[in-house]
Amino acid sequence: MMEYTYYPGCSLHSVHKPYDISCRAVFKALGVNLIELEDWNCCGATFYMSIDEVTSIAVAARNLALAEKYELDLIAPCSSCFTILNKANRFMKSNEQLFLNVNRVLNEVGLDYKLSVRVRHPLDVLINDIGLEIIKLKIKKSLNGLRIANYYGCQIVRPDKYFDDRENPTSMDNLFEMLGAKSVYYPAKVKCCGGMLPTVKEEIANDLIFEILYRAVENKADLIVTTCPLCQMNLEAYQKKIEDKFKEKISIPIYYFTQVLGVALGLNEDELAINKNFIISEKLKKILEETPVEEL
Amino acid sequence: MQREYIFPGQLIQYEAELKHQFLSHVEFVPEGERIKQCIQCGTCTGSCPVSYAMDITPREIIALFRAGEIKKILNSEAIWLCVSCYSCQTRCPQQIRLTDIFYVLKQIAIRNKIFSKTIKVHKLRETFLKMLNDYGRLNEALLMIKFILKTNPLKGLVFLPLATKLMVKGRLSFKSEAIKNKKALKLIIKKSEEISLPVKKFQPAYKEDAVGYKAIS
Repeated sequence: MMEYTYYPGCSLHSVHKPYDISCRAVFKALGVNLIELEDWNCCGATFYMSIDEVTSIAVAARNLALAEKYELDLIAPCSSCFTILNKANRFMKSNEQLFLNVNRVLNEVGLDYKLSVRVRHPLDVLINDIGLEIIKLKIKKSLNGLRIANYYGCQIVRPDKYFDDRENPTSMDNLFEMLGAKSVYYPAKVKCCGGMLPTVKEEIANDLIFEILYRAVENKADLIVTTCPLCQMNLEAYQKKIEDKFKEKISIPIYYFTQVLGVALGLNEDELAINKNFIISEKLKKILEETPVEEL
Repeated sequence: MQREYIFPGQLIQYEAELKHQFLSHVEFVPEGERIKQCIQCGTCTGSCPVSYAMDITPREIIALFRAGEIKKILNSEAIWLCVSCYSCQTRCPQQIRLTDIFYVLKQIAIRNKIFSKTIKVHKLRETFLKMLNDYGRLNEALLMIKFILKTNPLKGLVFLPLATKLMVKGRLSFKSEAIKNKKALKLIIKKSEEISLPVKKFQPAYKEDAVGYKAIS
């Protein structure tokens, strides 16, 4: 049985529970065991990065040191956590002095880090470890007729090439095509959604979000799937305001990619927490209500 | 009293100090020294999703750095507007790690207590760090509430419909989740704050303070 350590991060434990629930459900359905990292702490997000290099890396490295004991790859579904943990690894690998300093601090609390943890995104694990062939065997429902705009956001494709192209990633497109859906032409797939800007500088954030939503509507997508909790919130929560501002009809559902994948795997509404999203896709709901086809 | 003379091409005291701080921090960014290779092509500005709203663009920031105008950079809104999407860094033909360098600029600004008046990212940061220090984990709802109360309670009302929606969907909780070993994390933060990476002592010298292309070689 395949096993991974799982680092949900703060977002998935509070506002973005649906991502957490559906992510666990999908991996369970595929026969992969996720072990939640014991006593993980917040990765520090981008905020700590702007204070002090040692502190920000040390806060993230506590998680990595804890994860090292499991001797497994670490899955981080939140894009921000994924980047920060990877960045901590990269900074420590390239700067020995920094690494020694961080480790000295970790030693004080009885931890020791040897730089051996690989941080992975669930999409990466699905495509490269489990593989489309295996997922294909587990399909219970076809997503036939569903037009999907695949939105990757920034942090899982940049700054470094992790597992997909940085300008035109296709892993998620291929995944949903394989499930029977149509991945529409979507030029905004790696555009920035504004991150924390809706909180501090709303008018700029609205411009960015509008472009991402409008490109999907323009290409007649039924829904947008995303890999990042913050993007999901930004794209979904401010649609009404943006409709008013730009005088365009938008209203498009935004799902975590694990939710839509879960539908194809025959999981039910509660297992995917689909009703916790604000905007519900009628088409997806219809597929959800079909009875799953048992394998012959 | 003897007057201090500034030679042509020499930086005034505070600029020289800021520049020294900046350069010694850039060293810690992997491949940070590549900032010297900038060819001023503007790909960063063209790729940046928010450059249209910046007072000085990413390309201009490097130009200003070369001209020895670090204070102007730190006083800009641009460094606080950066949403760290890494587009500039990905596309830079000279592989300059610009987003990481923006973080260095933010660090120097915070160290010297220079903050933007309109973009209250630093307030959000303060609130965030306090929560992280107290609980080890973050509650987004509480973070927002505390941030709004700290900055502009009236404007915060626009978030009320969103909060209600989240509450109805059962996605909002006002209880902070805490880690078990809070003591260890606190110790990590405290100890690592004590260690500042060794920064070379500042010694003003004519040669080092040269501006223009000399400044980067």
